[in-house]
Amino acid sequence: MQSDEPLTAMPDDRGHFGPYGGRFVAETLMEPILELTEAWQRYREDPEFLAELEADLRDYVGRPTPLYHAERWSRELGGAQIYLKREDLNHTGAHKVNNTVGQALLARRMGKRRIIAETGAGQHGVATATVAARMGLECVVYMGAEDIQRQAPNVYRMRLLGAEVVPVTSGSRTLKDALNEAMRDWVTNVDDTFYIIGTVAGPHPYPAMVRDFQAVIGREVREQILARAGRLPDALVACVGGGSNAMGLFYPFLEDRDVHLIGVEAAGLGLETGKHSAPLCAGSPGVLHGNRTYLMEDADGQIIETHSISAGLDYPGVGPEHAWLKDVGRAEYVAVTDEEALEGFHALTRTEGIIPALESSHALAHAQRLAPQMDRDAILVVNLSGRGDKDLNTVARIDGITL
Amino acid sequence: MSRLGPVLEGLRAAGRKALIPYVTAGDPEPGATVPMLHALVEAGADVIELGVPFSDPMADGPVIQAACERALAHGTRLHDVLDMVRQFRERDTETPVVLMGYLNPVEVMGYERFARAAAAAGVDGVLTVDMPPEEAHGLVRALRAAQIDPIFLVAPTSDRQRIEAIASVASGFLYYVSLKGVTGADALDVDAVARKLREVRAVTDLPLGVGFGVSDAARAAAVARVADAVVVGSALVRRIAEHTTDPQAGRAAVATLLAQMRRAMDAPEAAAS
Repeated sequence: MQSDEPLTAMPDDRGHFGPYGGRFVAETLMEPILELTEAWQRYREDPEFLAELEADLRDYVGRPTPLYHAERWSRELGGAQIYLKREDLNHTGAHKVNNTVGQALLARRMGKRRIIAETGAGQHGVATATVAARMGLECVVYMGAEDIQRQAPNVYRMRLLGAEVVPVTSGSRTLKDALNEAMRDWVTNVDDTFYIIGTVAGPHPYPAMVRDFQAVIGREVREQILARAGRLPDALVACVGGGSNAMGLFYPFLEDRDVHLIGVEAAGLGLETGKHSAPLCAGSPGVLHGNRTYLMEDADGQIIETHSISAGLDYPGVGPEHAWLKDVGRAEYVAVTDEEALEGFHALTRTEGIIPALESSHALAHAQRLAPQMDRDAILVVNLSGRGDKDLNTVARIDGITL
Repeated sequence: MSRLGPVLEGLRAAGRKALIPYVTAGDPEPGATVPMLHALVEAGADVIELGVPFSDPMADGPVIQAACERALAHGTRLHDVLDMVRQFRERDTETPVVLMGYLNPVEVMGYERFARAAAAAGVDGVLTVDMPPEEAHGLVRALRAAQIDPIFLVAPTSDRQRIEAIASVASGFLYYVSLKGVTGADALDVDAVARKLREVRAVTDLPLGVGFGVSDAARAAAVARVADAVVVGSALVRRIAEHTTDPQAGRAAVATLLAQMRRAMDAPEAAAS
């Protein structure tokens, strides 16, 4: 693959990654989106802002997170050396907080007093409620009525943190509908409200801005693996729902063409069943939620319902930068079923004493397939994007246990 | 050739304001739509706005969201909507029809294929709410080639520069969103609308329609005093929702409300000021 511009130069000034991305919103939101774009462009290079962000990531989030060599698991699989980027050790238990800390700092500088967010599994909602509590900002989180039922502990966490959790009963009553409702709130309260989107999707600048806040993951991995092994990894593996943990890991390696980038989507009950959340592997391009990207849609352009055992991957779209990286061939996207993800979940728990989130278990499941095909001195980095505490009920239910 | 320009210019020359009702195609079921469109014209509609149902109507409030869900539950697809327009045209070749919806169904059909099919069906204008002018180049070109007017929104948050950019790609009329919010919201401030419309008129000669939040005859009359066209949607769709099992009763309820709006807009005190 050849191109004149570095891959890291994307997107263009209107947020396009090739044909993907852009700003597809009703006119009322254009002005706040342009205002946000301007603020982000100013502060992303502002030394004072960056120093504050770095201090928060260190002292509040707990960064840098370790890069852990899973020696026992690697030995058992009999191939590549697997390293785990421990985003599960972040405050609130996942990579989501890297982004909410950044956007909250931006909201404060823009003088916004009210924060809104959408959430699926509740991880982004908790990470948003957390930073809002710390900054004394009003916080409203939209969550599908279905998801509220499935994720009661996270709902309670958000309420403890002082957030108002609003059930969304329209459409399929899940993450995509929560996103619609958050957009409706934003259009109604544009003057004082900052919308913290939790993934690398939405209208420009969100895909690029969230990627920038999450890119701390890949920057740390780069430094850590160079210090540890003296060279770059052979492959990076991360799960992809909207794709923020994967984009954060991949971005600092985009120009290192020898580093194989692999995103793992949720194949749910199997790609052939249609009950999955794998738009890159089995969807087609379209426009939803402010950007052009791969979607789960029918022949009429209606968005179809998705399925995944992990609520955090249960989304019909994907970040536009992933859509573009797929088309230009810089990254590879594969899919892992619910069942395979559960195998990854149990394998890591038993061999390394780390209980991973079901989202991250998709990446682990693919690593489990891939590692044995690689040499013993090969290096495979897996993003362990979150911890599994939130998923204990789901896994127990599958094992026939009521907690 | 779009009927929008001649119809709106004719009304302007006569000193009258256009009444533009919105209904979602296929709500509460596909067979109800064509009779409803004729009933709207009989009750005083000058232009019809026909909603294309979409699974994720982000700019719409709960009333039109529910209408989309009812229509989709009956499998109303974009080509069905075009077919409804074609059937409507068998009896009505005069009343302009504007399709209002979201970009994705059009994107998936393909811009040129959609524009040709829409023109053949008798569509006069197309408004895709989630497509600002920056992203509109391809669709606008396809619509123009098919002699269909691309209709765009102007919002309370649009500054002069944006209004100019929008006016430069739009034709037919400009649709001014009366409030910060979704369709069917209850925050209409007619004085604020009047102030913003003066700003818009300084930039363009296009007719100005106003919608979002026009819920009764009094508000329709108040908006008619400051705008060239009044768009009313959620208030009518609410009547349809109240009669989902009896489309004929729904049609009568919609026609009654629309006729009230027509009378209030045409009353001398409305026209005089």
